[in-house]
Amino acid sequence: MATRNLILAFETSCDETSIAVVEDGKTILSNIVATQIDSHKRFGGVVPEVASRHHIEQITRCLDEALTTAEVTYDDLTAVAVTYGPGLVGALLIGVTAAKTVAFAHHLPLIPVNHMAGHIYAGRFVSEFEFPQMALLVSGGHTELVYIKSENEFEILGETRDDAAGEAYDKIGRVLGVNYPAGKTIDTWAHEGNDTFEFPRAMEKDASYDFSFSGLKSAFINTVHNAEQRGVELNKQDLAASFQQSVVDVLAEKTDRALDRYPVKQLVLAGGVAANLGLRERIERDMQERHPDTKLIMAPIKLCGDNGAMVGAAGYVAYQHQQRAEMNLNADPGLSF
Amino acid sequence: MKILAMDTSNHPLSVALVEDDQLIAETTLNLAKNHSVYLMPVIEKLMAGASWQPEQLDRIVVAKGPGSYTGIRIAVTTAKTLAATLKIEMVGISSLALIAANVATINPDLLVVPFFDARRGNVFAGGFKYENNRLNNVMPEQHVSFEELLIALKQKAENVVLVGNITDVFKSQLEPFDSSKFKIAPASATVPSAYQLALLGNQETPVVDIDKFIPNYLRVTEAEAQWQKLHPGESKQSYVREV
Repeated sequence: MATRNLILAFETSCDETSIAVVEDGKTILSNIVATQIDSHKRFGGVVPEVASRHHIEQITRCLDEALTTAEVTYDDLTAVAVTYGPGLVGALLIGVTAAKTVAFAHHLPLIPVNHMAGHIYAGRFVSEFEFPQMALLVSGGHTELVYIKSENEFEILGETRDDAAGEAYDKIGRVLGVNYPAGKTIDTWAHEGNDTFEFPRAMEKDASYDFSFSGLKSAFINTVHNAEQRGVELNKQDLAASFQQSVVDVLAEKTDRALDRYPVKQLVLAGGVAANLGLRERIERDMQERHPDTKLIMAPIKLCGDNGAMVGAAGYVAYQHQQRAEMNLNADPGLSF
Repeated sequence: MKILAMDTSNHPLSVALVEDDQLIAETTLNLAKNHSVYLMPVIEKLMAGASWQPEQLDRIVVAKGPGSYTGIRIAVTTAKTLAATLKIEMVGISSLALIAANVATINPDLLVVPFFDARRGNVFAGGFKYENNRLNNVMPEQHVSFEELLIALKQKAENVVLVGNITDVFKSQLEPFDSSKFKIAPASATVPSAYQLALLGNQETPVVDIDKFIPNYLRVTEAEAQWQKLHPGESKQSYVREV
């Protein structure tokens, strides 16, 4: 009788085909990530049909490699977990279809996982979770403050009303001539420049916990275009620093306010943009100064992007809570907590 | 040999269990609904009804396109994952050949031309003939305007039977052509049968590299086509890398 809980987890919501084997919800035995980023760079962003085509090219190879690397067989597995939303529908469908097929073929339970819960659970590889808990999720498609009252009980406190933070990075990156995805380069430049432009801090004083980045994006683009018309060259490093400072200020301010209102034991920082060093430094400092009793859990940088391991960790908890999907499971591109 | 065959390349969904060329069970839905929701439950139900276990399967046969991009991917993902995970054989059959087989065997003198609506006046089409006890592809599968297809077919020596959904637009485009040259198959012949698919798949050699097996879309994506136009000769073998 196997005592290990081994979950085979699928993640294909955007431009990464990833399959992982996770033991007891906290140990990564394998985490195969095949990224399509070089393909979508050609188009300046993710093209959904191209993404779906890459996923189907990769899916069985990643599956085989995930099991081989983990040194386990199908007989050792406890369950299959899969991201079924939110994300691109055609991309999600490859993972959902493959996961259902493996569950059927090997008589394994199927666990449906919300992609955003997955991001939060990237933090589980750093520390045990304690509740109540708060999560700041920042990625290319989402910016959310989530309150987790108890295990597996998620509530959105605030979310973006327009662009996600990562989306804003890519859009202003384009204006500065930085190829998609722009986050890393802007982050590096920001560390070399200063906040001299003082862009607006959108909704910083608004009572809600919602975010908005489109005003900042417009202000940024106007500043650059006006300068171009006047033939003035602006310092890219200062532009990046000013933009990043505004984004980070808004994220930090809202998080600070939410923590005042909802005292929690832990704050989890996760999602693709959580790899941003400026954001990590700021949240770390704020937490030490303003919320020293709340433990900060930052998702490891290599687990901030989409990956199967985080889905396996979230799937483990969903499994303990008896969450199961049937063979009619469908992709749900607009899935929310 | 136990075969599981499936097709989701267009509106209909068809699944069959076939053993030694005998049909055990078949389900065909024509609901124009989401194949993702129906395919696995149908497979599960047929297998349970026949008391087959997944590990008993010997071969998976799948319709590999052309057709709806999302549709083909549902069956192809299911088929390649099943074959890979159970370490069994897999065969991909043209979705057009599958339709052609409905009429070709009893009309060996005709050029059988199945087609799927590909929107904006275009179709996915190919030409097939039944010769030497086999269905042979005699005109390459292509993405072409319906009108151009008819002009090309007019030059052929044989009479033609068109197998597909004749919309009003296609009907008007067909009018100027000699009606004795072009026959139209009955609507019943346009519905795919996974039993037929299994029989075709039983004649073929299995796919060697299941991981590399992909649908036959017959078209690159629009984004890719535009990029290739702007960057001739720059396409790479692979754009995906492991990190």
